[in-house]
Amino acid sequence: MISFRMLLVFIGLGLCSVAQAAGVDKHARNMAASCSACHGTDGYSEGGMPVIAGMDKKLFVITMKDFKSGARPATVMHQHAKGYSDEQIEMLAKFFAAQKRK
Amino acid sequence: MSFSRRDFLKAGVAGIAIGSFPGLAFASSELVKKKGQRVVVVGGGFGGATAAKYLRKWSKNKIEVVLVERNTSFISCPMSNTVLGGTRKIEDLTMSYGTLQKKYGVKLIKGEVTAIDPDKKTVMLADGHLSYDRLIVSPGVDFMFDKVEGLDAKVASESIPHAWKAGAQTVLLRKQLEQMADGGVFALAIPKGPYRCPPGPYERACQVASYLKEHKPKSKVLVLDANPDIVSKKGLFMAAWNELYPGMVEYRPNSMVMGVDVASKTAKTEFDDVKADVLNVIPPMRSGVVADMAGLANIDARWCGVDFLSYESKVHKNIHVIGDAVSAALPKSGHMATSQAKICAAAVIEMMSGKQPDQAPVIANTCYSMVSGNEAMHVANVYHFNAEKMAMVSAEGGGVSAKRSELEGAFAGYWLKNILNDVLL
Repeated sequence: MISFRMLLVFIGLGLCSVAQAAGVDKHARNMAASCSACHGTDGYSEGGMPVIAGMDKKLFVITMKDFKSGARPATVMHQHAKGYSDEQIEMLAKFFAAQKRK
Repeated sequence: MSFSRRDFLKAGVAGIAIGSFPGLAFASSELVKKKGQRVVVVGGGFGGATAAKYLRKWSKNKIEVVLVERNTSFISCPMSNTVLGGTRKIEDLTMSYGTLQKKYGVKLIKGEVTAIDPDKKTVMLADGHLSYDRLIVSPGVDFMFDKVEGLDAKVASESIPHAWKAGAQTVLLRKQLEQMADGGVFALAIPKGPYRCPPGPYERACQVASYLKEHKPKSKVLVLDANPDIVSKKGLFMAAWNELYPGMVEYRPNSMVMGVDVASKTAKTEFDDVKADVLNVIPPMRSGVVADMAGLANIDARWCGVDFLSYESKVHKNIHVIGDAVSAALPKSGHMATSQAKICAAAVIEMMSGKQPDQAPVIANTCYSMVSGNEAMHVANVYHFNAEKMAMVSAEGGGVSAKRSELEGAFAGYWLKNILNDVLL
């Protein structure tokens, strides 16, 4: 049986994680917003740069990590990739994966 | 417009006058009837236009945004050196503010701010005023003509253009280049940093040389740099000059132009006089003078100190400053202005609903330089907020291109398309 007190604790935790999730989303959104100069607003590139809106999360993470390690050669992306922690790359991946492909 | 101590005092006196006679500030009419929470944005360049758009986008249109801009259209400074080289026309870099109004509901006021009253939270224009809850000032740069004897705004607009704000002077400089005889000298004076767009002057030397190589191959580009060395992408620019334009570009470090003779197009440095056929003097810069209307330029009376979590001024609460005017270890670039604008817009939205802004902002900058008709190179960095230093600090791993390339030339074009869309569409 879950006591009333425990229930309160669960609700509290739930609210906490919702609040945190919202905070994390905005932080990720703000961080991702810098990418749009090359990749378009929210990743919807209209020039020849790759569209990253709707990119599968796994592919985004692998690509960025390969840029970071040098496994995948690049003109500029290796320098950007090195500027983000693995955790930040995960956040960016989640943000762009959540954008619907147009 | 040169900014002297006298102007500063005048601006100060104007501020006091409004402060002392509060009735004055409200004798004029409210230009746009205020409905709910409002942000006024002064200046519609890369920074201001982005802030206006993202305030609307990210607040889901809940915050009213009034953008004050003196020009009819937006003209991109980035890539405007290619107008001199001849691969772009100024029209290619010109955009309308129409979509910001129609799609995002930004209220656009064409005009110039004449005073800011931080206590009454009001900006004054010639024909009325605008009240705000928060103000974002994105004033760009203004030129310190008083540092170059003989040069002023009129001379710059008629005969010795700086062309460091894209527009009529860019077109004038291109015309002067077209009219120059083969065998002529194009002299380019670079001011001491910090100035807008660190690699820009060296890119300009490339673009001018590119035009001359094709059309007037006996001519010369003389670079008079007030700095002790090439400020940005040094190895790449030297390689471009030596390999693409051999014998055409002469670079002189530590050559500060302190005066000009307008009639003979002579630039005067500490050491000698240099006569040119086309003279392009980029004067020293400071934050746009609008910043002085609220005394925001608190660093060397030149640049504006801000809190990097919100871009709120260190001088006044509820006033934010973004873009080239900010004092920071960040490059004064178009991309950087848009990145700052978004962090600022996000913070303003949070603060207006009583919440704390993002405590760990991360922003990026990519800056391409076109060194010929089709080749470019870049500098790229990511910047993190450092809570100990309370400043944006460059992350490890950033840097410049390995070499110039046509691929990066293409990327530079795509960059321009996407950033302009991001700012205005």
